[in-house]
Amino acid sequence: MSTFNPRKALLGLAAPLLALLVAFLVTSAILLALGDPVVEVWQTILSWPRPRQLVQIVNGATVYYLSAVAVAVGFRMNLFNIGVDGQYRVAAFAGALFAGQAWFPGPLNVLLTLVVAMVAGGIWAGIAAYLKVKRGISEVISTIMLNAIATGVVQWLLLKVAVKQPGSNTISTPPIPESSQLDGLALIPGASNKVYTLIILAVVVGVAYWFFIGKTRFGFDLRATGQSETAAVASGVKVPRMVVSTLVISGALAGLIGMPLLFGQDHSYGTTFQAGLGFAGIGIALLGRNHPLGIAVAALLWSFLDVQSNALQIRAGVASEVVFIIQGVILFAVVIAYELIRRADVRLEQQRVARELAGTRSDAPSVEGASA
Amino acid sequence: MSVPGSGSRHLRPDPAPGPGRGVVAITAAAPERAADPAASENAVELEGITKRFPGVVANKDISFAARRGTVHALVGENGAGKSTLMKILYGVQRPDEGTIRVDGREVHLASPSDAIDAGIGMVFQHFQLADNFTVLENVVLGAEKLHGIGDGARREIRRISDAYGLDVDPDALVEDLGVGARQRIEILKVLYRGAKVIILDEPTAVLVPQEVEELFDNLRELKSEGLTVLFISHKLDEVLSVADTITVIRRGTTVDTVDPASVNARQLAELMVGAELPTPQTEESTVTDRVVLRTEDLVLAGLGDSRNVLDGITLTIHAGEVLGIAGVEGNGQAELVEVIMGMREPTSGLVFLGDTDISDWRTREIREAGVAYIPEDRHRHGLLLEAPLWENRILGHQTEEPNAKGFIINAAGAKADTERIVKEYDVRTPSIFVKAGSLSGGNQQKLIVGREMSHEPKVLVASHPTRGVDVGAQASIWDIIRKARRDGLAVLLISADLEELIGLSDTIEVILRGRLTGTFDPDTVTAEDLGAAMTGAAAPAAAPDAAPDAAPAAAPDTAPDAAPAAAPDAAPPAGDPPTDHTGDVEESR
Repeated sequence: MSTFNPRKALLGLAAPLLALLVAFLVTSAILLALGDPVVEVWQTILSWPRPRQLVQIVNGATVYYLSAVAVAVGFRMNLFNIGVDGQYRVAAFAGALFAGQAWFPGPLNVLLTLVVAMVAGGIWAGIAAYLKVKRGISEVISTIMLNAIATGVVQWLLLKVAVKQPGSNTISTPPIPESSQLDGLALIPGASNKVYTLIILAVVVGVAYWFFIGKTRFGFDLRATGQSETAAVASGVKVPRMVVSTLVISGALAGLIGMPLLFGQDHSYGTTFQAGLGFAGIGIALLGRNHPLGIAVAALLWSFLDVQSNALQIRAGVASEVVFIIQGVILFAVVIAYELIRRADVRLEQQRVARELAGTRSDAPSVEGASA
Repeated sequence: MSVPGSGSRHLRPDPAPGPGRGVVAITAAAPERAADPAASENAVELEGITKRFPGVVANKDISFAARRGTVHALVGENGAGKSTLMKILYGVQRPDEGTIRVDGREVHLASPSDAIDAGIGMVFQHFQLADNFTVLENVVLGAEKLHGIGDGARREIRRISDAYGLDVDPDALVEDLGVGARQRIEILKVLYRGAKVIILDEPTAVLVPQEVEELFDNLRELKSEGLTVLFISHKLDEVLSVADTITVIRRGTTVDTVDPASVNARQLAELMVGAELPTPQTEESTVTDRVVLRTEDLVLAGLGDSRNVLDGITLTIHAGEVLGIAGVEGNGQAELVEVIMGMREPTSGLVFLGDTDISDWRTREIREAGVAYIPEDRHRHGLLLEAPLWENRILGHQTEEPNAKGFIINAAGAKADTERIVKEYDVRTPSIFVKAGSLSGGNQQKLIVGREMSHEPKVLVASHPTRGVDVGAQASIWDIIRKARRDGLAVLLISADLEELIGLSDTIEVILRGRLTGTFDPDTVTAEDLGAAMTGAAAPAAAPDAAPDAAPAAAPDTAPDAAPAAAPDAAPPAGDPPTDHTGDVEESR
């Protein structure tokens, strides 16, 4: 007997493929309606990326992956950590500030910075956890508010510690020492740019996520609470404690989002540091169904669309923002499709169970079996 | 142990199902209307209504008819299938079989708006009013087309209010009004939409006694104007005081339709919980004198100023003993279980497992220490419906062998053991990888029982262990409990099924309003005695019968407490308002 079920696997793939198709059709319709060149747009987006763009796609996906896993941890417990955005900004600032002091040599500085960032993200998420457990405030509301507060707090602190970048108007934390800058990995042949070294971090996080959620007692308690809080309580799960742990872990993972950027690209936290990564993570986690591999595929797709859309203005004369329409429609379609498929799956399995039991045990005194 | 008077009080002694069963019965009780043609006689007729959900049959062959211009009560325990039936009548759910006739005309109700068109309106237990709107705005909301939203609507509201004595001011703000007034607005809303049949779902649960009297006056007004009221409740004395006809539902089917003049609360309680002749307990007592579970003066305060939900519960269970708790639902049984299982902190009092004080322990520690738990609501507390069987085998025993090795879940061990449980406890399933929600109720319950018996429990807390399961599963669950008792398990059995309680228990305690009010020996007790103690309706005449029988047989440590308390408590003084019964407990849960 095996857990693998071809019918289930097929159903699982059907939803995202269907969503992509719907996104393709809806976007085409919008382009047509506005008189934009549909064919050129798709040619540009669907052309095979050049090596340089491949590296950009992988790098973008690395950051998205970390963000989506941070969100997915909460999703598995039915917690909506909308605050990943704020958590990663607080953490990136704290990490950049710490790394910029160069208190420790090269690689040790990198490792300790990761810890500092995780602690900072965890503490920021811990505020929402405290409010939820002790005051009953929905984490959705509090994390959204904390995003706004994070923006202000980081901006204010940045002004206190900032140094001016030579030759520009932007300000930032002191740059990290060269010994701690990560040069990148030349994974893709023919590309002049390099893949973030901290793609390793994304892989480690992915494996750890798979292991802790799927294989440990903690993960079981977490998933049980997500599926039915009442059943989890009766099984002995201390739900408030789980809420705090999960939100803090989610925040700590969010703290890692900015690290590949910090060590591989920006080398400091400043006004130009990439924003909005936390929100993208929500969509990617949904698209990837909170599955460690599913999220990886979704992150690559997202990053692919981002990078490929850059050329739209030049090649097709269409604003690259059209890609947001595609991404948005994919999300809508996929959420609807997943729910439909889930219901179909539940119904089909109930029918199958009833049928098999009615077939094998005609003597069973089960009223239900006979009715199917 | 037959039930005295059974049969004689029935309107129709022969309960054979068949078309028009309810109609015939009721016509007989109302000879003055017998001349009318049957079609216009009954406002609503249900015949053979059956509704299945995957795994459960919620309603089975429900048949009854409500005469026009009467209050027709539907009574039954929680989970008996009343709410499913009401949802079917209000078009929220469609029956798999059976017909509904309104005014003699067959109707198909696919949605609440179909029901409203057919003249059926529903007042839900939880009001659906916008606090910051006026009465007028609430009433017209969604029915703007009928009389507009201005003076036309205001006139119509006044007219209805005056016609039925509802005393509703259309321009009052809802947030300024009390619960009773809000309920009258809900009734008015339904009338405004042209309902001729009004369903009231547990309407008195939220009311204080005076308001209940006012509501009943309103209901009498409504029926005198030719409207029909379907009144759902499990508070028997209220039903007896207001209803013209009572239909009893048990285990998803209509068991009888009776005339309130010919039954008393006790007989009604027996009908509700099933007072068939209990299976005589042939086995010898296995009760030892080793105390396994003991509670000392447990108190759980109610919300706000309401009375205590649990009030000084002291009980003792020995190894090899089944202690049954009888009571009408909502008298504190669920809370008692939650306190023992560590899911709720008692206000005061202690719980001992053996000699160990476990009052401060958390649920997981209590379960690890050997307290097995069969919850009352397996869907909410016993299973993860969307998880496979083998993961459900882990639930509740996440930290124990064979489910875990240290901090890692031992999936292989859990799967192997699930296969064993499926085989040993006859869980009928195609594999252990199907979702728990796909199984029938009986098989789900067998999985839970098998899981709970697999960790060498010292105590089993079993809440309604056979509710909603088929007869075959019921018998095997009873066998499992009997066998565990022989092996020295201490069992706390909570059940609404007297047959189950009498058949399995060594001692029966009755719980009423959070107190243990009587101890009975299942070998000598009659269903009537239990019914009386459960409803607090013990007539003084019945007391001498029950008391000498029960008291000496009771466990010595509980008797001094419980026995003297039973008489005064069980027979409320004449002035006691009929509502102060059970229902408000349920609200506070």
